[in-house]
Amino acid sequence: MKKIIVDNLKYRYPSAQELALKGISLEIEKGQFIGVIGPNGAGKSTLCQALVGLVPHFYHGAYGGSVVVGGLEVLKSEISALALKVGLVFQNPFTQVTGAKLTVYDEVAFGLENMGLDRAEMIERIDRALTLLDIYRYKDRNPFDLSGGQMQRLAIASIIAMKPQIIVLDEPTSQLDPQGSEEVFRAVDKLKSEGMTLVMVEHKIEKIAEYADKVALLSGGELVDFDRPIRVFSRPDLERFGVAAPVYTRICRDLKIKDEKTGLYPITLEGAVAAVGSLE
Amino acid sequence: MNSSIVVEDLHFAYNKGEEVLKGISLVFDRRSTAIIGQNGAGKTTFAKLLKGLLKPDSGSISIKGIDTKNTTAAGLSRHIGLIFQNPNDQIFKSNVLDEVMFGPLNIMKEEKRARDLALGALEKVGLVNELEQNPYDLTLSQRKLIAIASVLAMDTEIVIFDEPTIAQDHRGKEMIKGIIRELVGMGKLVLTIMHDMDFVAETFERTIVFSQGQVALDGSTREVFTQEELLKKAGLERPHVTRLGAKLGCSHTFLTAEEFVSFAKKSDHRGG
Ligand SMILES: Nc1ncnc2c1ncn2[C@@H]1O[C@H](COP(=O)(O)OP(=O)(O)OP(=O)(O)O)[C@@H](O)[C@H]1O
Ligand SMILES: Nc1ncnc2c1ncn2[C@@H]1O[C@H](COP(=O)(O)OP(=O)(O)O)[C@@H](O)[C@H]1O
Ligand SMILES: [Mg+2]
Ligand SMILES: [Mg+2]
Repeated sequence: MKKIIVDNLKYRYPSAQELALKGISLEIEKGQFIGVIGPNGAGKSTLCQALVGLVPHFYHGAYGGSVVVGGLEVLKSEISALALKVGLVFQNPFTQVTGAKLTVYDEVAFGLENMGLDRAEMIERIDRALTLLDIYRYKDRNPFDLSGGQMQRLAIASIIAMKPQIIVLDEPTSQLDPQGSEEVFRAVDKLKSEGMTLVMVEHKIEKIAEYADKVALLSGGELVDFDRPIRVFSRPDLERFGVAAPVYTRICRDLKIKDEKTGLYPITLEGAVAAVGSLE
Repeated sequence: MNSSIVVEDLHFAYNKGEEVLKGISLVFDRRSTAIIGQNGAGKTTFAKLLKGLLKPDSGSISIKGIDTKNTTAAGLSRHIGLIFQNPNDQIFKSNVLDEVMFGPLNIMKEEKRARDLALGALEKVGLVNELEQNPYDLTLSQRKLIAIASVLAMDTEIVIFDEPTIAQDHRGKEMIKGIIRELVGMGKLVLTIMHDMDFVAETFERTIVFSQGQVALDGSTREVFTQEELLKKAGLERPHVTRLGAKLGCSHTFLTAEEFVSFAKKSDHRGG
């Protein structure tokens, strides 16, 4: 079942001359985890905003083509209706946190308030999300008194607690410590196995290589490639689009060691270990 | 040697009874230095204390012989520059050039010179074509670069970067690496807070690990990344290439892909 259908999407911000998205088409199946990569200015965040309807409903500007998420056509749907189907973790957590609530706990509750949940269900979801992101102990703290990474954890927890069918995450681990990032990827993997559909913009290429089902490579507002990670990261012209291949791939390429089965350079730690075999 | 930053038994709490920094003693020298550690470990708090934006509860910080307790952040600003983790906390002007000129103008009161410094800094971060833009119409990665340029324009002897590579793509990261190396080459004291272990391994001589308000490890970057267990306890991981070497059973702690490749080529040779 298709959860996201983007058809020839074109978009220009009101203050801009150039299109930020120049005719993007892609389809995403239910229960998939899609990694979105590309250099700064490629249109990754704009695509995220288009999936949740902030483009065009909040930003306005020129819009063409169509986006259907969870069965709703974005252009014809209210942001509030879309929000029940698809959640967005913002690139900058400071812009996501509402400022309307005085505690971390209430900030997470805020998103759940209009969902018609009973109290017990609400409490259970909040506790679970805060625990998953390891910030339960800060539940009574003012969100703006958190460290950057803790704030980013809060932004992710707020969306996960809403349990939408689709979650879009825009560089959600940029301020997380290494174990925190790994935990977010594991959580994404688990949500996926429960049937959720996830789209994540990330510069942590090694993690995308390990976890994503497919990778969308954006550059200059165009979709350059949309394929399995091994395919995308094997492109010899990857660097031309402002993306470095995983370090494992770069090493194996320099050593001219390919994976025997696929005939391609490995993209993960396990793959590289198997291909290199042993040193000394 | 007369070190520019000496920290002795530093304690700090935002709220009584919840100490965030629990006795930090460090002397910084001219080695390029990274500070790494779990979210909430106290890295940003430490940077704000060095900059004089917060005052120690006890212990002391001396910046070029000046005790931060006896001066204001403004008084320190010609010596020490801090690039904030969140650029929105730092940027307040409505055009890029004004923002970057603000600092230098404030210390030297000389428009022409301040403008030159600002343009030079914006050149370094690749934003000279955005002078008239409102920073809030730019993307997060660009705002972060504006924040960096603002501090570079001050030409301070001490520069602290708080997570400079947030939101940067591959090219942006390489550019920031170049800027850090250049500042170190100029003899400045550069401290960088960072979660990107590969970047740390490739760039810094000395690495300090913060854990729950204390210094858990401090040494050459290679020594620090040898300590797998301690790093794990501190919420960290080793760089990708270090893990690859370890998985392959190699006793050497690799810090860069280049190191690994040249080692592998040599050992291949020996093997025949
Ligand atoms: N204004 C504040 N009021 C109360 N507590 C605060 C405040 N700012 C930070 N803290 C707390 O102090 C501790 C250290 O915060 P700090 O911002 O220094 O962490 P950090 O190491 O920079 O983390 P990160 O990697 O997430 O940026 C955290 O537990 C945080 O919740
Ligand atoms: N609010 C905005 N107003 C005008 N232009 C914007 C805005 N946000 C982004 N852009 C422009 O749209 C293009 C794509 O940006 P973005 O989607 O943020 O890229 P990415 O997330 O891939 O770095 C860039 O040229 C950027 O400058
Ligand atoms: Mg973006
Ligand atoms: Mg911080």
